[in-house]
Amino acid sequence: MSEATNEAYETYYVPSDSKLPIMASIGIFLTVFGIGNVLNDMTAGAEHSIGGWILMVGGLLMGTTMFIWFSTVIKENHAKMYSQQMNRSFVWGMGWFIFSEVMFFAAFFGALFYVRVFGIDWIAGLGNRGPADVVYFENFVPAWPLLNTPNPELFPGADKPMGWFGLPLVNTILLVSSSVTLTIAHHGIKEGNRKKLITWLGITVALAVAFLVCQVLEYQEAYSHLGLTLNAGIYGTTFFLLTGFHGAHVTLGTFMLAVMLGRAIKGHFSDDDCFGFEAAAWYWHFVDVVWIILFFVVYVFGS
Amino acid sequence: MSAVIEENHHDDHHHGPAKGIMRWVYTTNHKDIGTLYLWLSFAMFLLGGAFALVIRAELFQPGLQIVEPEFFNQLITLHGLIMVFGAVMPAFVGLANWLVPMMIGAPDMALPRMNNYSFWILPFAFAMLSSTLFMEGGAPNFGWTFYAPLSTDFGPPSTTYFIFAVHLMGISSIMGSINIIVTILNLRAPGMTLMQMPLFVWTWLITAYLLIAVMPVLAGVVTMMLMDIHFGTAFFNAGGGGDPVLFQHIFWFFGHPEVYIMILPAFGVVSAIIPTFARKRLFGYSSMVYATASIAFLSFIVWAHHMFTVNMPLAGMLYFMYATMLIAIPTGVKVFNWVATMWQGSMTFETPMLFAIAFVVLFTIGGLSGLMLAIAPADFQYHDTYFVVAHFHYVLVPGSVFSIMAAVYYWLPKWTGNMYDETLGKTHFWLSFVGINILFFPQHFVGLAGMPRRIPDYALQFADYNMVSTVGAFLFGFSQIFFLFIVIKTIRGGKKATSRVWEGAHGLEWTIPSPAPYHTFTTPPKDLTEAHG
Repeated sequence: MSEATNEAYETYYVPSDSKLPIMASIGIFLTVFGIGNVLNDMTAGAEHSIGGWILMVGGLLMGTTMFIWFSTVIKENHAKMYSQQMNRSFVWGMGWFIFSEVMFFAAFFGALFYVRVFGIDWIAGLGNRGPADVVYFENFVPAWPLLNTPNPELFPGADKPMGWFGLPLVNTILLVSSSVTLTIAHHGIKEGNRKKLITWLGITVALAVAFLVCQVLEYQEAYSHLGLTLNAGIYGTTFFLLTGFHGAHVTLGTFMLAVMLGRAIKGHFSDDDCFGFEAAAWYWHFVDVVWIILFFVVYVFGS
Repeated sequence: MSAVIEENHHDDHHHGPAKGIMRWVYTTNHKDIGTLYLWLSFAMFLLGGAFALVIRAELFQPGLQIVEPEFFNQLITLHGLIMVFGAVMPAFVGLANWLVPMMIGAPDMALPRMNNYSFWILPFAFAMLSSTLFMEGGAPNFGWTFYAPLSTDFGPPSTTYFIFAVHLMGISSIMGSINIIVTILNLRAPGMTLMQMPLFVWTWLITAYLLIAVMPVLAGVVTMMLMDIHFGTAFFNAGGGGDPVLFQHIFWFFGHPEVYIMILPAFGVVSAIIPTFARKRLFGYSSMVYATASIAFLSFIVWAHHMFTVNMPLAGMLYFMYATMLIAIPTGVKVFNWVATMWQGSMTFETPMLFAIAFVVLFTIGGLSGLMLAIAPADFQYHDTYFVVAHFHYVLVPGSVFSIMAAVYYWLPKWTGNMYDETLGKTHFWLSFVGINILFFPQHFVGLAGMPRRIPDYALQFADYNMVSTVGAFLFGFSQIFFLFIVIKTIRGGKKATSRVWEGAHGLEWTIPSPAPYHTFTTPPKDLTEAHG
């Protein structure tokens, strides 16, 4: 093995002691402890909760620490402390993180699949069930979207399902376009054309924000006109949890892209050093793919 | 900020450990973090063990003696959660931190700061989980499997904190696993192919993959619980069109790979120790790799064998029964290979080897009772009895936990530079071995006779075996205090270890001095002839 081929391995950067992880640990702990406090007080009907303050302190600590942490990594990168091998670690790391996100969504899509294919039939005593043949809800008729729930007193059911035409279709167009504009921005980096990068990345962020605005309008529509709420039984449950977690990921992705836009304006990224941008882009495409599956499963074939 | 970076840049690789307690808080060193994981694991092992001893004390005789049934339920829940997430998993992550970089010739883990973050989330998570004992309404009381609707409609308010504790553990596991996978895939010494890696590294590569695949599913299912509890959703409520059985499907989609997460690294440890003390190469290295991968694959498609009695279609039961039985094949390959490695070896029986051999025998017993449970019609009889308790404790205690102890004795001289006291080690082994069998073997009998699990009281005919079991529990439990004593004694001094430590040991970790220097392989090793044992 010659020295030249070994060179990448000789310089793996091991950072010295760092205060960042413990700050982030305290931050994330206070955040979830605060949320737990808020939720328990809310469900118990308490008038006010100190959880909000704990959450705020935790969130601020977490946010600040993450800001410093990412800044540190960027500065270390600019100081040429990372080898090609180190950069590969980040690439692998992001890839496996996205895989974990895929599995998170798989749990929710799996729940929807189970309910639609097996669950609602079995509750009604239909379908190929096991040997125990107890029917708990005599008058329940399974259908999807499930507007008449087995127990309407507890779960009132939606008046109408959310159709795919209208806002959901607009949102699909917005997200698919944003993936295209993001790719054009990426080409901008590769060509060394900063103006192209900033312009198209700016358009991408604008499309992302437009998507989120449309989603808020859609939720308002669901609550005020369709009777479609979190409490509307399994249809409302799966509708809001799938679209809601997707929306949360879009929010995070939009934030990432906005940071990348800021970095692009500051002059970061070159054709051989732009993994921060690419990681955000991967994440964005992942969010886009989830939406396309969602659009068909939840809207087109779900309403 | 740039001043800090300059400083980092200069003392990169050249600094020793920082002074004082903050060394452990701020550290980015894989050895320090491995040590932290192992100590956390041991502390949780004692805490979970203390819960278990209260449970066994209550079950010493029929009737209610010591604790209220409600508190008993909280104890079994926390015992399970703390042992699974607090004792076994962090111990293996600690071993991975210590050993994987040294075994593949890497300077550290791939993402050292994130490594520290993965660890330091855990003490907060377990503090939050344990604090539920002192909350109004008590701790979670629905068993470590937290089936809905016990955990949703009927759970105590502290369930919310339990959910967030699970979220924190999941975040920690996912980050830890990403780190391990990236380290293995990207930081191997130049020239080391995947099929030259020690089996411990292989098993951890596959375990980390399983963790990244299923911990998000666990996060998903506890999130659904959270929504059902606080926001009126209907995932697990049939009144809204959901289904409590859905909970069990999602939980066990996580839960079954989870049990392999707790055993695959144990396979790796045993595959390192047996060749050393048999003074032979591991028999069937590549079949071991493929068997591990097969077990991991199968773990994703067998989950519903935990729920034969919830009423599923006959075809489903048959499928899950046969798929489960398939797992016996790769597992049998492994047991065969370990035995074949010992065959005609020049064996010696130091403490790690004793634990490793006990692992092979007792884990196999647990595996065979697992096969019995896999038979769907028979499972209708065994389900939720002490037979199940005996089964999974045989694979987890003399399985996973013995392998962790074997690993500690095996690598402790490398970590501390001192040999442990062999007589004390062997005494600890025999106390544990005898204790564990007295503890869990009778539970097979009471289980087959119909004693249900998770109850504080039982019918009179189960009294004798329960009494025996409790005696074994206290013998095993207090032997672990002795283990603590042996480990501390070794850290403080003892016969100096050579760098090879064991005559028959192979692997890159034995080419560096004992104790291992704070930084090892800052430049990767050129000579890989030692790389695989």
